[in-house]
Amino acid sequence: MKTLGLLINPIAGMGGSVGLKGTDGMYQEAVRRGAVRKANARTALALKALLPIRDDLLVLCPSGEMGEDLAREMGFQVKVVYSCGPDTTAEDTIAAARAMADADLLLFAGGDGTARDVFTAVGDQKVALGVPAGVKIHSPVYAIRPEAAGELALSYLKGACGQTREAEVVDIDEAAYREGRVNTSLYGYLQVPYERRFLQSSKAPSPLSERSQQVNIAWEMIDQMKPDLYYLVGPGSTTKTLMDVLELPDTLIGVDLICNKKLVQSDLCEQDILKRMDERETHLIITPTGGQGFLLGRGNQQLSAAVMRRIGRERLHVLATQEKLFHLHGAPLLVDTGDPEVDRMLTGYVRVIIGYMEEQICPIGAERQ
Amino acid sequence: MKKIDRSSKVRTGFHQAKWDEPVIFELTKPGERGILVTKANPEVQKAVEGTSVLPSFLQRETAPALPEISQPRVLRHYARLAQETLGADVNIEIGQGTCTVKYSPKVNDQLASLPQMREMHPLQDESTCQGIMQIMYDTNRYMCEISGMDRFSFQPSGGSQGILTMASLVYSYFKSKGQEKERNEIITTIYSHPSDAAAPHVKGFKIIYIHPDENGYPDYEAFKAAVNEHTAAFIVANPEDTGVYNKNVLKFTKLVHENGGLCGYDQANANGLLGVTRAREAGFDMCFFNLHKTFSTPHGCGGPACGATGCTKELEKFLPGPLVDFDGEKYFYNYEITNNPSAIGKVREFNGVAPVILKAYAWIRSLGPDGLYQVAKTAVLNNNYLFKKLMELHCVDAPYIPGKQRIEQCRYTLETLFKETGVSTADVQRRMMDFGMHYWQSHHPYYVPEPMTLEPTETPSKEDIDEYIETLKYVFDEAYNNPEKVKGAPYQSVCHQLDESNMDDPKQWAVTWRSYLKKFN
Repeated sequence: MKTLGLLINPIAGMGGSVGLKGTDGMYQEAVRRGAVRKANARTALALKALLPIRDDLLVLCPSGEMGEDLAREMGFQVKVVYSCGPDTTAEDTIAAARAMADADLLLFAGGDGTARDVFTAVGDQKVALGVPAGVKIHSPVYAIRPEAAGELALSYLKGACGQTREAEVVDIDEAAYREGRVNTSLYGYLQVPYERRFLQSSKAPSPLSERSQQVNIAWEMIDQMKPDLYYLVGPGSTTKTLMDVLELPDTLIGVDLICNKKLVQSDLCEQDILKRMDERETHLIITPTGGQGFLLGRGNQQLSAAVMRRIGRERLHVLATQEKLFHLHGAPLLVDTGDPEVDRMLTGYVRVIIGYMEEQICPIGAERQ
Repeated sequence: MKKIDRSSKVRTGFHQAKWDEPVIFELTKPGERGILVTKANPEVQKAVEGTSVLPSFLQRETAPALPEISQPRVLRHYARLAQETLGADVNIEIGQGTCTVKYSPKVNDQLASLPQMREMHPLQDESTCQGIMQIMYDTNRYMCEISGMDRFSFQPSGGSQGILTMASLVYSYFKSKGQEKERNEIITTIYSHPSDAAAPHVKGFKIIYIHPDENGYPDYEAFKAAVNEHTAAFIVANPEDTGVYNKNVLKFTKLVHENGGLCGYDQANANGLLGVTRAREAGFDMCFFNLHKTFSTPHGCGGPACGATGCTKELEKFLPGPLVDFDGEKYFYNYEITNNPSAIGKVREFNGVAPVILKAYAWIRSLGPDGLYQVAKTAVLNNNYLFKKLMELHCVDAPYIPGKQRIEQCRYTLETLFKETGVSTADVQRRMMDFGMHYWQSHHPYYVPEPMTLEPTETPSKEDIDEYIETLKYVFDEAYNNPEKVKGAPYQSVCHQLDESNMDDPKQWAVTWRSYLKKFN
């Protein structure tokens, strides 16, 4: 019998329906404005696809609205693994996700905030999949629609889809977003079942899977590396693949330093970087993170204005899959180092490595106003 | 007796032949044979000893693992497969955007099937095949007139090989100058055919892509940033797959020339441009035509085709040889090029597929200059009629140049349909097959979400286009009212539903029966 971890953030999406850009810290305001709970209804659309295997499936879930109520209502066999009170919190999500460690698949409903909580709980070790129910859905860990999440979960549990891939968990600073600024950060990666047509990136199917593209990009970058120079490697799944290909350990969302294809130092802070730059010529390898196309200033603040002033345009190497660039629809890659002069210095056109001996000319712009 | 009602534009009664026909290897039965060839009499064996058999070192040690199957079963197998097709003569051929096969006059097929043609061998003495050599020579002249180029080769046996030939010309040109190492980049656009990148990549060039600007034209500022001392060539399609024509292309080719590079024009599909514009005047040094796309020589299953490739006088000495020339009295193979060490050398045997060249020649001669121009006008008119009708539909859109006309094709998006119903373009595509029609989505990757690429050519009548539109509308209505019906398609056609994820993963596929057995047994 297969086991499904089911985790619903019952207040996900409430902020959006009443004009709030997210529900993080705004639950009471959302209720005051008359928001109603919809996450259960959206999860039901996903669970509907699993009804055909209901008899062979055990649903592990938290109590009440976080999963139990809906699973029982739809006739699934249920085992409650975590008890929560009426007003659920992020801590409940984290604790509940940890309690489902044995599930074959963790299906969670919410938005980017929920994905962050799930990542905090299970890291990249468990296979998880998001049912889009929140206001902000920027993380490609979510299926394109609740029904698609259900179909993909069914395919994975039945063994028809045996592939998984690392998908980014990104989130936007809601407070800044409400003030009209988009601050995206990369928080980590979840292992998600992979069948291209169901996931957020399905708009750009390619005969080459994302992983293969990333490997090709890595080999091109390796070919371009010169001996005895320092290469800073920024965060992101594409740069992580470069480290994988070199068989070097990677700091998940930090900056690492390599030289002659060997690791020199892991997880450097700004001061570490500046100190290292005194030692020898230093290049920077980065990739845009999340769906906003930010190269600098989101999740890699250690690559500060002071660092970038010394890196300059000439020693900047940008890697990105065609899919990632596609989602920008020709909009510029963005930099926000906090120093307008440095941002201006970085703007213009850059050659982005998109494959082995393949580059695309992309504009770099300062943060959109 | 009741009058048959033919008022509906949508042919709901269509039903294609359909079997779950096994792979021929699965039909094998040990010991079953098609023909049992009897051994020759001892006298015959003795008479030919030492001359009629392959030398022992060329002989296999074990018999090939061919299917063991009788003649009637082989015939039945292939007859069934032949019925499970939706070829150009069966459906209203509008949907194979960028490669729609126009109507190919059957009389041209008959010409190519004449014994004088069919039984000719390319190694015959030149004096015995002056007719086809004249046709090759004259077709070259017509291609030059149509494109503005100075010389064509018919050796490339398809579009991608035509592009590879152009990339090879570029390489040889710079090699002759001792610059082949420095000039190692080819610039193209993301909406050009992917072969414009892939073929030069095979030749060893680095590929630089240009994204369209906000108006849908190749971004000139990005292009300026791409052109430098490493630029070997700019190889591009115009119009691109979106049907958008870059009217400023001369500015692009000029910039490349100013930086010492060459320019190659992917004119695989020149349906909308015949007699309207020429590669030469747009600043190109090379171009190629797919004879099956533009010049009505049908091709199926990958061949036989011809990617006729032309170039200017400056590059002629690098073309694959030999070329057919005329000395005032007779036609002859000119081997001068093959003696040039810088030339790219043969890209295939002989001088291309002779019957294909004959069909293109016949098509051009039957139309004449005015007829070719009329082809372009009709193809563009057909496309823009279809475009206007489809853009009136709520769930259809087309990115770029709003309000302006396309050339001979357009890449539409069904993103709205997908968002509102969950029905994808792949679902609609399969459902269209239930009505005896099809369409093609897009090259990969899908820059246009939920793409649908249509190209009517000059062939279909208004009646045909209207039927195609009505059928699409019928399927769209189904998507809104009964989406599961569309998602489950096809019902009356043979196409299967496939998961294309990880098609690059060698564990997921087998291209030979042997590798299938290795992986799954």
